[in-house]
Amino acid sequence: MAETILSNDSTPETDLPPVPARKGLLPRLGSIILQQREASILVVAIVEVIYFQFASSNFITGNNIRTIFEFVSATAIIAAGEVMLLICGEIDLSVGQVFALAPFIMYFVNQAGLPLWVGIIAGLLASAVVGLFNGIVTVWFKIPSLISTLGTQFLLTGITLTISQGFPVITPGKGNFNEVMGHGAYSEIVWAVLVMIVVQVILSFTRWGKHTVATGGNLHGASEAGVNVNRIKMGNFMLASTLAGLAGTLEAFRITSIDPLAGGVSIMFSAVAGAVIGGTALTGGLGTVVGAFLGVLAVSILNDGFTLLGVSAFTYNIILGVAILIAMILNVRLRIWREAGRL
Amino acid sequence: MTEITSPVERPDAIRTEHIVKRYGAVMALHDVSIRLRKGEVLGLVGDNGAGKSTLIKILTGFVQPNSGEIYVNGEEVKLRSVSHARSLGIETVYQDLALVSELSVYHNMFLNREIRYSPLPFLNNRKMREQARNHLKRMGVSIPSADVEVAKLSGGQRQAIAIARAVYTDAKILLLDEPLAAMGAKEGALILDLIRNLKAMGEVSMIMIAHNYSQVLEICDRVNLLQHGTIAFDKPAAETSLDELNELVMREYREAATKTPTKS
Repeated sequence: MAETILSNDSTPETDLPPVPARKGLLPRLGSIILQQREASILVVAIVEVIYFQFASSNFITGNNIRTIFEFVSATAIIAAGEVMLLICGEIDLSVGQVFALAPFIMYFVNQAGLPLWVGIIAGLLASAVVGLFNGIVTVWFKIPSLISTLGTQFLLTGITLTISQGFPVITPGKGNFNEVMGHGAYSEIVWAVLVMIVVQVILSFTRWGKHTVATGGNLHGASEAGVNVNRIKMGNFMLASTLAGLAGTLEAFRITSIDPLAGGVSIMFSAVAGAVIGGTALTGGLGTVVGAFLGVLAVSILNDGFTLLGVSAFTYNIILGVAILIAMILNVRLRIWREAGRL
Repeated sequence: MTEITSPVERPDAIRTEHIVKRYGAVMALHDVSIRLRKGEVLGLVGDNGAGKSTLIKILTGFVQPNSGEIYVNGEEVKLRSVSHARSLGIETVYQDLALVSELSVYHNMFLNREIRYSPLPFLNNRKMREQARNHLKRMGVSIPSADVEVAKLSGGQRQAIAIARAVYTDAKILLLDEPLAAMGAKEGALILDLIRNLKAMGEVSMIMIAHNYSQVLEICDRVNLLQHGTIAFDKPAAETSLDELNELVMREYREAATKTPTKS
């Protein structure tokens, strides 16, 4: 199962076109790893863990692992939706603002006397509506999503600040419900893993997933074959937005307060960076949810490890920037090599 | 069965009568009547700008003619759209442009016709892979595996898969727009074999646009030459020759040269 999920097309190595015999064992091993790009990012994450454990003895401790999970969870949930959008050839820059808006909707619905779970659903529905709005502006008005969601991003910041009047509020509710919804020690990472599995299954094993790849891989060809590419794009905008709302809601329960300025562009860029480092092509057609999860994990470990070692945030940003650039260059090269049949 | 062995006696798959198409002041087609008989391969040749692609666009429902009639299986139709033409079994294969490089061969073959474990939403990859494999085998298309991504295949293999997919979707009339363009001899032979196999199966009729006259003569039953928006020449391939086709095209050049001697 794990293996079929990892490789987007569930291709056993033996079924690949025969590797030219002149290649030695090592290059062949190398090309297998390069074909499974999730594997290469996993190797990076493991190397990071080993390095930081040697450099700082308290890296692998219960507390620190929880800290890493806190870094990872919300971003990975957002990244899962963002990957689907990137694969179908679009991007959503407004997910960080949906992240802040959804828990406020939940809060106000709850304040109006409705149960908390109704509030959560209302928050997620509102997120989905934002996604639909992004989709309509992008698809019907043919505005590149880079621009349309940039607009939405400012719009939502304003809306959230207006309805909250700029002040944070205390997350309502208590007890087991809150524990499950993100307050419990490992509840958020469990959510993140569940989301990863569900979205990866959608991508790998359903029509929706294949049509998402087709839309991003060959927009014209896909619509020629009768794929409703506009519906695919709108649906993925709604999915990305709803997952961002879910991430924001879980985070509100975890930190027990709802901040109108939570999330923002920084969590959005972390999610996109994780997706790209995990092998998603910004040009569409390529990418996996598992890869994005591992990408976010690798970035989070780096962030956490540097904090433990006392490396300055300035240096961390330099390294993150270089990592993203290298990942993107590799991405493009790998795509060219794969298409030229050299891998 | 014996009386339809001669291609001349076969019923028409598609026929056009006096098709006219103007783009503003430009007369793209001024009187085009063609007949494609069932199971036949019709080679459509002609210089760039002769109107080949306009004719294909009309037959595929993408462009509507100003006047003239189109008959599909003997019935007059107005081809309203690409999907309308497709519902009548007319399918165009534009090189390999319709394939998704990132998807496997069988996912491409089943794009938008995926088989699922209904009522579950999950794809029945095993069944699709098996059917795609059998279909490709039946058509004589050889690829390393139905599992490979299309990106990993050669241009000829992709073209073969694009054609195979069109046939698999119950297309009865295939319009092949330069299926051999930009292909090496080996790759081209692959496609010619595929077209030959399809012809032998007799389920589809094909119109093939090509520039290479020797390939046209090799594979087609009839040759139509389109010049200045009309069919200048219509003969069975067996009754014409490379020399005749070249001569016809060269004569046109000479005429054009005498009319506008300064044209570069």
